[in-house]
Amino acid sequence: MALANLKQEATGTRLAAAVVPPGGVWATQARRAALARVAEMGLPGRRDEYWRFTNPETLNAVQAPEAAAFDAGDEAPAFADVARLRVVFVDGVFDAAQSDDLSGEGLEIARLADVAQSDIHWARDLFGVLEAGGQHPVPRPLAALNTATATDGVVIRATSVVERPVELVLQHRDADSDVALHHVIRVEDGASLTLLESGAGAARLNTVAEVDLGHGAQFHHIRVQGRDHDRRAVTGLFARIAEGAVFKSFTLTFNGRLTRNEVVMDITGDDANAHVAGVALGDGRAFHHDDTVFVTHGALAGESRQVFKKVLRNGATGVFQGKILVRPGAQKTDGYQISQSLLLDGDSTFIAKPELEIWADDVKCSHGSTSGAIDEQALYYLRSRGVPLVEAQDLLVLAFVAEALEEIADERLADDLRGRLEGWLNRHRG
Amino acid sequence: MLKIENLHVRLEEGGKEIIKGLDLTVGAGEVHAVMGPNGSGKSTLSYALSGRDGYEVTAGTAMMGDVDLLAIDPEARAAAGLFLAFQYPVEIPGVSNMVFLRTALNAQRKAQGRPGYSSAQFLKLIREKAATLDIDADMLKRAVNVGFSGGEKKRNEILQMAVLEPMMCILDETDSGLDVDAMKLVAHGVNALRAQDRSFLVITHYQRLLDHIKPDVVHIMADGRIIRTGGPELALEVENNGYADILREVA
Repeated sequence: MALANLKQEATGTRLAAAVVPPGGVWATQARRAALARVAEMGLPGRRDEYWRFTNPETLNAVQAPEAAAFDAGDEAPAFADVARLRVVFVDGVFDAAQSDDLSGEGLEIARLADVAQSDIHWARDLFGVLEAGGQHPVPRPLAALNTATATDGVVIRATSVVERPVELVLQHRDADSDVALHHVIRVEDGASLTLLESGAGAARLNTVAEVDLGHGAQFHHIRVQGRDHDRRAVTGLFARIAEGAVFKSFTLTFNGRLTRNEVVMDITGDDANAHVAGVALGDGRAFHHDDTVFVTHGALAGESRQVFKKVLRNGATGVFQGKILVRPGAQKTDGYQISQSLLLDGDSTFIAKPELEIWADDVKCSHGSTSGAIDEQALYYLRSRGVPLVEAQDLLVLAFVAEALEEIADERLADDLRGRLEGWLNRHRG
Repeated sequence: MLKIENLHVRLEEGGKEIIKGLDLTVGAGEVHAVMGPNGSGKSTLSYALSGRDGYEVTAGTAMMGDVDLLAIDPEARAAAGLFLAFQYPVEIPGVSNMVFLRTALNAQRKAQGRPGYSSAQFLKLIREKAATLDIDADMLKRAVNVGFSGGEKKRNEILQMAVLEPMMCILDETDSGLDVDAMKLVAHGVNALRAQDRSFLVITHYQRLLDHIKPDVVHIMADGRIIRTGGPELALEVENNGYADILREVA
């Protein structure tokens, strides 16, 4: 009872402090409805099934704990070699000077802050809608809170094959910034879009992206979360995937005190693909990284993949909770799930909770989870060939995460991330 | 080239002594064979020389030229010119054979103060060396030893040797698990590497590999020591009479 009261109290305090941004009728309605959802669900608590391994306290608190911005030195920014349309937010505030012109071929792109003022907009059919749809059977109150309070974000509609990726550059400057950004993305039938994302964004960042894919649409999402050591992030990615569409999301995480990445993928049309993958590298007791994924197969011959690798050292913690739900009639479903950790010492912890719920009889679903140390034999073999110990270790770490990186379709982008991984390993030797 | 004196090695786990005062000298450009029954300590000798964890040297010395092998890490031994062809080559999923070879070669060159190979230079080098060992592009692209047949693994060991060009090569039962054709291919690869300034220590159970790699000197090892040293005829004697006679003589 005490815990339940505590949860109610936390919810009440946070909701009292919540500010619904100004907007048109539809946006305000959606935000108020989201606020009502939070009130009904309550903020996450340690007794909630999907919060047993991650403490939501600092995500719930009215005041965001401080986090200093990370100085990347002279390191090139993420995706620097890729021609892309940059949309820059500094501590959640749109920065026009640093951003590119918000236009591109086959692309409608605008800020949520502007779109929400309009009387009528296509985003109305998606804003808060996919998030609300993703609240069952597992509640995601922080995502609803995001819908209610997010001040800005991008609203993107891709109407053809968009060659130039859009990058959301999320810069973090103030040590006490607390930011919610909400993105709405619609990829029309046969169109395609690549969305890149980089940076910590704030001391405490809450992002939600609602992604709606039309028939045969393709969406590629590649994200590098900020290296700021004390930052906290809770992210929600809600995808609705129509017939023949391909949804792919990859996240690379270094550092951060607390990261909770939720992905909810809903396959609604036949022959669709839903792929989500991630690599997380954590060094130190303060590092806590949580991937929580829910894939629903609601149509024929859907293919889903979840590929997660975590490299943990010096007391870092990794969590994976992944569920595949195959609805009645979703025959010929092919679901795959793997979560693995490489524990570089005896102090680190990896917790995996794979779940399958299958209500169709002609499906293929597999899942696996492993946790292990560096292979001593392979290490000796490499050293016997003249590869120094630290280099050999790095090579084996890169080999361990390779399977997840292979989930990225674009080789240039995968190479960019590989370079970043090598850099991180270089800095975290010994 | 290699001078081992009074070497004693024990297993860290359990503390059992395996090598019990071994003396062995291999001159530059020479090929020496070490033969012996199971459990005589042949593989332990190769591991101790290459610096594998779990093998503790309690006494003795092992010098390669003027390099004190036992004082340095495995990678430094390799950079100094020591190479061990493994009896059981290790699989490394996620690391391609090409990346593995190039990383090893460039790491050694760096340690030797020589410039590394660029991708293009390395590709040219590897193609030449691989062709002579009947190793195709696919084998180079695949992860190190993953899904390789026994013969492919052993050829891959010899390829590494050819690329790294060590001074002192130890072949640990390279003939085990090989059919006659594969053995000929491997032996041919080794013979192609024979040189004035390169020595070989060929560890084997059987005479048959020595038909293809002709040794200058043959040592018989038993119970952690060299108990007899002779010419190639010693290997034939073992082949015909087994180890029993020699062991009895010594006893």
